Amino acid sequence: MSAQGVGASVLRKEDFRFVTGRGRYTDDINRPGQAHAFFLRSPHAHATINRIDHAAASKMPGVVAIFTGDDIAADKVGGLICGWMIHSKDGSPMKAGAHPALAQGKVRYVGDHVAVVIADTYAQAREAAEKIVVDYGVLPAVTDTADAARTGAPQVHDIAPNNTVYNWHIGDKGATDAAFASARHVAKIDLVNNRLVPNAMEPRAAVGEYDDASDGLVLYTTSQNPHVARLVLSAFIGLAPEHRFRVIAPDVGGGFGSKIFIYAEETVCVWAARKVRRPVKWTADRTEAFLSDAHGRDHVTHGELALDAAGKITAMRVRTTANLGAYLSTFSSCVPTYLYALLLSGQYNIPNIYAEVDAVYTNTAPVDAYRGAGRPEASFLVERLMEIAARETGKDPAEFRRANFITAFPHQTPVILAYDAGNFAASLDSALKLADYANIGKRKAASAAQGKLRGIGFSAYIEACGIAPSAAVGSLGAGVGLWESAEVRVNPIGTVEILTGSHSHGQGHETTFAQLVSGRLGIPFENVSIVHGDTDKVQMGMGTYGSRSGAVGMSAIVKALDKIEAKARKVAGHCLEASPDDIEFRDGKFTVKGTDKSIDFPSVALQAYIAHKFNGQDLEPGLKESAFWDPTNFTFPAGVHICEVEVDPATGVTTIEKWTAVDDFGNLVNPMIVEGQVHGGIAQGVGQALFEGAVYNTDGQLVTASFMDYQMPRADNLPFYDVGTTNTPCPSNPLGIKGCGEAGAIAAPPAVINALTDALGHEDIAMPASPLAVWRAARKTMAMKTAAE
Amino acid sequence: MPKVSMTVNGKPVSGDVDSRTLLVQFLRETLRLTGTHVGCDTSQCGCCVVHVDGDAVKSCTALALSLEGADVRTIEGLANGDKLHPMQEAFRENHGLQCGFCTPGMIMTAVELVSRKGHTLDEKTIREELEGNLCRCTGYHNIVKAIAAGATAMGAKA
Amino acid sequence: MYAFNYHKPATVADAAALASQHADGKLLAGGMTLLPTMKQRLAQPSDIIDMGKLNDLKGIEVKDGVVTIKAMTRHVTVATSAEVRKAIPALAELAGGIGDPAVRNRGTIGGSVANNDPAADYPAACLALGATIHTNKRAIAADDFFTGLFETALGEGEIITSISFPAPDKANYQKFRNPASRYAIVGVFVAKKGGDVRVAVTGAGDSGVFRQKDFEAALKANFAVAALDGKHQPEKGLNSDIHADAEYRAHLIGVMAKRAVAAAK
Repeated sequence: MSAQGVGASVLRKEDFRFVTGRGRYTDDINRPGQAHAFFLRSPHAHATINRIDHAAASKMPGVVAIFTGDDIAADKVGGLICGWMIHSKDGSPMKAGAHPALAQGKVRYVGDHVAVVIADTYAQAREAAEKIVVDYGVLPAVTDTADAARTGAPQVHDIAPNNTVYNWHIGDKGATDAAFASARHVAKIDLVNNRLVPNAMEPRAAVGEYDDASDGLVLYTTSQNPHVARLVLSAFIGLAPEHRFRVIAPDVGGGFGSKIFIYAEETVCVWAARKVRRPVKWTADRTEAFLSDAHGRDHVTHGELALDAAGKITAMRVRTTANLGAYLSTFSSCVPTYLYALLLSGQYNIPNIYAEVDAVYTNTAPVDAYRGAGRPEASFLVERLMEIAARETGKDPAEFRRANFITAFPHQTPVILAYDAGNFAASLDSALKLADYANIGKRKAASAAQGKLRGIGFSAYIEACGIAPSAAVGSLGAGVGLWESAEVRVNPIGTVEILTGSHSHGQGHETTFAQLVSGRLGIPFENVSIVHGDTDKVQMGMGTYGSRSGAVGMSAIVKALDKIEAKARKVAGHCLEASPDDIEFRDGKFTVKGTDKSIDFPSVALQAYIAHKFNGQDLEPGLKESAFWDPTNFTFPAGVHICEVEVDPATGVTTIEKWTAVDDFGNLVNPMIVEGQVHGGIAQGVGQALFEGAVYNTDGQLVTASFMDYQMPRADNLPFYDVGTTNTPCPSNPLGIKGCGEAGAIAAPPAVINALTDALGHEDIAMPASPLAVWRAARKTMAMKTAAE
Repeated sequence: MPKVSMTVNGKPVSGDVDSRTLLVQFLRETLRLTGTHVGCDTSQCGCCVVHVDGDAVKSCTALALSLEGADVRTIEGLANGDKLHPMQEAFRENHGLQCGFCTPGMIMTAVELVSRKGHTLDEKTIREELEGNLCRCTGYHNIVKAIAAGATAMGAKA
Repeated sequence: MYAFNYHKPATVADAAALASQHADGKLLAGGMTLLPTMKQRLAQPSDIIDMGKLNDLKGIEVKDGVVTIKAMTRHVTVATSAEVRKAIPALAELAGGIGDPAVRNRGTIGGSVANNDPAADYPAACLALGATIHTNKRAIAADDFFTGLFETALGEGEIITSISFPAPDKANYQKFRNPASRYAIVGVFVAKKGGDVRVAVTGAGDSGVFRQKDFEAALKANFAVAALDGKHQPEKGLNSDIHADAEYRAHLIGVMAKRAVAAAK
């Protein structure tokens, strides 16, 4: 390992600009002559739009134009799409309701886009919007996940009777039911996986621009995947063909999934820029982010686990209702199906699994992938069931898990996935030591002496990342392939530009990708730069989500580097007058085997471009290669997190006393960055467990529409985390890496709730376990203790 | 429109502003100092923290006109040329940032914290003092470490 | 924000005159509540009268056992004042717990008291310490000042100039924060002076800050945590929201009151 190659905790290249305020985010971009957009949003969860009168508004100072759904329809602008087809049990395709960028005839959630006002300034646009008169016919709303499919519930889309998007299932029902029929013990749980608002600190923003010289469009947007945005806006929404459409995602201030999707606002900004012949800029305020960013999670689930007499799991049965909100967001349909139910085997040998998932429409914001996306929901269910099963059968929760661990790989689960590698016991052993599990009894007693309740909770999670083999996801309904591209451009003096279809929104690709190239080519880290986030520079890419940029994006770079090395070897052969087969490449030097004849990489690069030493007809001049990498399997990061909490029964305040994480991410590119990803994931997972929950009232108003009511994790809510790793290299990609971006968010919620229920001595607590909820639960605990005495 | 004048990062600046212009709008839109960010509309996230006469202030919750004559420092004014301020260096050294969006406000808050509470800061103090700064990426672990290290480094320099 | 006319008077008299002239105007002190409210377009003042230049409204004086804090004094100044810390440590601690550091650097005592936000901290201190609110027109006892949610006894063109707090023998303030906003869900200020004990509760009441006279009576008889055993705050008249229902608030008032008595100094 070189000092700055793969495996080293190299400080980040991008940090100098970020710590000095020189980052360039979308809202920092201003184009000459730009106008500003303000979206008039529905104040109602469900209403017909009978009439929109914007005559008075149009006369307000500074107004450039006002557009409504009628204008979108007249221009034949396509609707927003959902790119993953799910079929119901009966074989019928999912029911995708129309999703126009500006509402047509009906609004379906508070925050739905009714009209856009474009004016010289944002203040003018906002003021004019208040003069628009909309005649709404208010309809009853449905907001409750469990209630949405009820007969007689208000109907969100005519195309979807009973608000049902699909009734999907997976697994062998007959075999699973039979296993339950002969079970010695059945553990059961009813749970809600609470709805979350992603809340990247940078709100979404877009600047649309029209160039009348080329009849082309440019869109600056807060996107995790600008190429996918261009593809959808071109091929489906039809704004301009791809060769005349440039999408730029500059620095992106966090995403966590919420900036994967193609949204109405960016669509309208770039469409309207052509209409008004001026750049059009929009930046969300935080309230708009709460109302209109795609939310996450929102499941209601009943789960059961069957055990035999020896305490081995024989089957799992699951029934989930997933709320997808008012419209199907870009990848929403795959989240509660293939990103969820495929993970229900967890780290365990479970011979039979059967899961049914009903997805429903409600009059709430669309729900789509949020950090972990389906896998946190699976992990929460599995790990809560494991904890309850251990408690009910009187087993130590760590040893109960160990007894059911998968120990031989590859392992085919009953729900499609084949785990390629892992060593679950290694992570468990390491975590038990770090957490000082042996002395938990003493610590519980010490807390009890202070009138406090202490508990410890486990989470042995697994996730499927590195999304994903294109043919495999295609067979499951994906509308796109999930490969990644890379181009390596070696300049004549040996500096290198890497063009990648991955796009960092905090992950530090400029550093980690440069580490890979620096180590491989033996050139200084400083001599490598990363180009991403611009469809005019990078030809095509699939973007950053699903912990895929290392496993998939970097693998594509490896493939391109392989080609670079092969070509450079030929050039070196000519320079050294040797056969390429006799040349070895190490530490940036090409050497004729067994001699001291050598030439360094920058010199080879120069020779490749000068092309004096070889015949340009036999060997093309230049040194530039590209590659597309299609993964051969998902990757399977896994690990064990242990949370220790203390509860003050007098107030319901829960304090996280200790956090232990031991993760197996395969090989690590930059341990410092990996740890940072784990920290952030844990914080979001703790947020889900203890703090965060989007609450709609029965009228469909979002009660938690600002940081005043939606509790974001703060520094004083969280501890330092003890983070360790184990390593079973991933056999499915050339770097042996698995991905680390989502692990914390997947692992944390069940660890917290298992700790909390351990402290409370009963299972009666839901997420988010707010002080109010914990106080109530602790009263029950105290009453149980009194009764027992 | 009324005119406002102040000193920003040591330079006198002035501009004609709508009376409702917030300090952050004056900085970002009039002066094009885009290092100061806006992450919320309820004065809670702290992405917009700058120093006004040495005090950490949420620039989204101050009218530009109220700050006539004030001495304002933003993240752009913290480094000495290409030489980072010790707190900036500490954030880099400790991986105290990921997406970078909250970072300017975090650093400005941290620098002022040191001016009030000194160079030896314990974990509890740092966490409490960050009540007005939200980060969604880091889980705060490395921010807390960065601030402790930055505080020490600021002391060593002095 | 809606548009407004901006004024920055140099004297209290000018400020008062402007406030009288513009009935739909608002006085701007630190702006920590007013500006966010205006940004959310929940307030539409025709005029903003910025008190930032009224330097004679800044400062703290302690004389004859009375702490007088001028209206435009910032929370940070109160929190770090050695004189306040000595005379009424509970008041300094309360100021040091308002909002976050940036809020404390801008927010003022006068603005907080004049706004009478039901979740603000200072109103509890005013009531429990028996403060007097001085305006450009008169002096008002705290007991007569807070008249309802965001309502005070202030008349048109009336500006708070200072607030004086008689130093108690012992006092303490305990706050249970709303986990999201960090405003008080329940804040209890307990103060003992001679034979008198006052207990003021903020954050919980549906008409704003109030005195808990039942607790006061018990503590007058015996200023000890045990005196509050068996004392319960009724739920009636308490707020309910997603973070805390009335039952929980009532319970927390008891818990915070006991903790305040235990910590009083």
